[in-house]
Amino acid sequence: MNSIVMRENINTMIEHSDFAPENSIISAKNVDVFYGEKQALFNMNLDVVENSVTALIGPSGCGKSTLLRCFNRMNDVIPICHVEGSITLGGQDIHASNVDVVSLRQKVGMVFQKPNPFPKSIYDNIAYGPRIHGMTTSKAELDEVVEKSLKRAGLWDEVKDRLDKLGTGLSGGQQQRLCIARAIAVQPKVILMDEPCSALDPIATATVEELIDELRERFTIIIVTHSMQQAARVSMHTAFFHLGNLVEYGATSDIFTAPKDERTQNYITGRIG
Amino acid sequence: MTDHIDIIRVEGSTRHRAQKRFQLYGLLAVSLSLAFLFIMVGSIVLRGSSAFRQSFVQVEIELPADAIDPDDVRGTRFGKFLKQALRNKFPQATTQKDKKQLYKLVSATAEYSIREQVEDNPQLIGTHAKIWVRTSSDVDIYLKGYVDTDLDESKRRLSDQQLEWLALLQQENKIESRINTKFFTGGDSREPEQVGVLGAVIGSALSLLVCFLLSFPLGVLTAVYLEEFAPKNKFNRIIEVNINNLAAVPSIVFGLLGLAIFLNFFGLPRSTPLVGGMVLALMTLPTIIIASRASLRAVPPSIREAAMGIGASKVQTTFHHVVPLAMPGMLTGSIIGMAQALGETAPLLMIGMVAFIVDVPQGITDATTALPVQIFLWADSPERGFLEKTSAAIMVLLAFLIVMNLVAIILRRRLEQRW
Repeated sequence: MNSIVMRENINTMIEHSDFAPENSIISAKNVDVFYGEKQALFNMNLDVVENSVTALIGPSGCGKSTLLRCFNRMNDVIPICHVEGSITLGGQDIHASNVDVVSLRQKVGMVFQKPNPFPKSIYDNIAYGPRIHGMTTSKAELDEVVEKSLKRAGLWDEVKDRLDKLGTGLSGGQQQRLCIARAIAVQPKVILMDEPCSALDPIATATVEELIDELRERFTIIIVTHSMQQAARVSMHTAFFHLGNLVEYGATSDIFTAPKDERTQNYITGRIG
Repeated sequence: MTDHIDIIRVEGSTRHRAQKRFQLYGLLAVSLSLAFLFIMVGSIVLRGSSAFRQSFVQVEIELPADAIDPDDVRGTRFGKFLKQALRNKFPQATTQKDKKQLYKLVSATAEYSIREQVEDNPQLIGTHAKIWVRTSSDVDIYLKGYVDTDLDESKRRLSDQQLEWLALLQQENKIESRINTKFFTGGDSREPEQVGVLGAVIGSALSLLVCFLLSFPLGVLTAVYLEEFAPKNKFNRIIEVNINNLAAVPSIVFGLLGLAIFLNFFGLPRSTPLVGGMVLALMTLPTIIIASRASLRAVPPSIREAAMGIGASKVQTTFHHVVPLAMPGMLTGSIIGMAQALGETAPLLMIGMVAFIVDVPQGITDATTALPVQIFLWADSPERGFLEKTSAAIMVLLAFLIVMNLVAIILRRRLEQRW
């Protein structure tokens, strides 16, 4: 009984925050996610603005990664996971029966918490995506895609002389940028980043953050982060989650300077979390 | 202050002693098992090494041109020339019994050996040739020092008369110990001095080839399906448990299965590497499946996520990334399974690979035997000469195993460097 009341409160609060962007690319409506019997996300409504960086913040276990993995249906591979509600990408329902999950994941790329390059050469790491999607017809074209992707990820100058070396031989920060380059090589619309800097040192983190800032022009980026400073630095919009609920969502500057909800206030000031 | 240090020392030394004791136990266990291994291998080498040498005796043989047709050497019986040569050498052997003893000095297959040599050198025909032939096994064993000459004559395989002749031959340097190449290039034989392991080695190798070609793709695909694609439900768990049970089924049961199905139902040729390999494949499958699943499980999930995150399908993820990474483990597991199959005797007995076959097999449908079965056959033979041959065949089997394991290690190193 109590929780229902609480949820209604939250919903009203979101309506109060009145953040319904017009140029949204991903839109989640009434999304519930269950892991077996346990519900991980409650009645989620979220519109992600195109060509911007949206940060999802909140304490561990609040469901932000779960939501992120809904956007490219990575939750499909978890047998007990079950998603209800509608998620649209550019107006198209991603759960529709005629949607190919493979092409969805091409449009919605993902960068993971721990850098996970393939144990292949740097070149093959980037070329793998374009190859399996048949995006290039010649070797020269593929070379070009690899070069462009690495340049966009700011890694080209560091690796151009050793494209045939193992991707796993790079440093942690380089590996993560390689993973970003790999994600953008298939020309996605959206890039999901699940705590991309949590395994990196501050200098590598700064490089990746700069990169995110540059990528924003071409791609929509949704980033899950535990670092409030990072959310404040890189994102335009921020959504705060708590216990599977979306508590507050709005412009980053508003969330960090004038949070409307007490829980947001407590979290960003470090009192809960 | 010093009190504190004392307390620390006393407690520390108790733990220290426990650790020392444990290390000692470990060391003892290792040295004990090493000692057993050493004794085993040592006794085999001691017994078997003499099998790699064979005594030869020189006979001066008359090869009359009028009795041998140079175009039909193969059809000529050389036995009578050999016997004549022996009688010429020792004219004192006049009685039937003495002659028989005399002939028994050389191998019963010596006449064929002479025929081969004449075939190779036709110019020998019509000459008084000096030809080396194998001594009989009894003589060979005596010359290697395995016969106690103090025993009563009736209890020995060689009579005093024969020993006398041998002593004479040795004096004249007409007896020689040579490397027994036949052991590595020949097939089985009734005569211990004439046997070779090549037939059995080729039989084993062909069986293992068939076994690998059948069980590796089947095992790997089964493992990939069960590990990557199959829904985790009750049905698949039952399959999983039963695969583990299959790995523990006694091998003779697989042999009976092969006898009933492959031979009796499908009518495949008996005693062949084809059927042997199929039976061994049945046996090896569970091992390969279990090893392959373990190595698939060891591939980090982050690789699967990475591939799927850029839009690779499940099949692409599995065959482009997961299987190549699991391949070293799969190969190692398979080779261990095959090494097990190499030493397997019981199922091969069931499908008739225990037959006495002299020829070296040319293909997988030729009747043959396998190394462990050959060892069993020789160990079962009463002749003293087979004792050393048995040990020598065991050495060959062990060498085969070591080569296989080396291949496994090298393959593993090679493939893992790509990681």
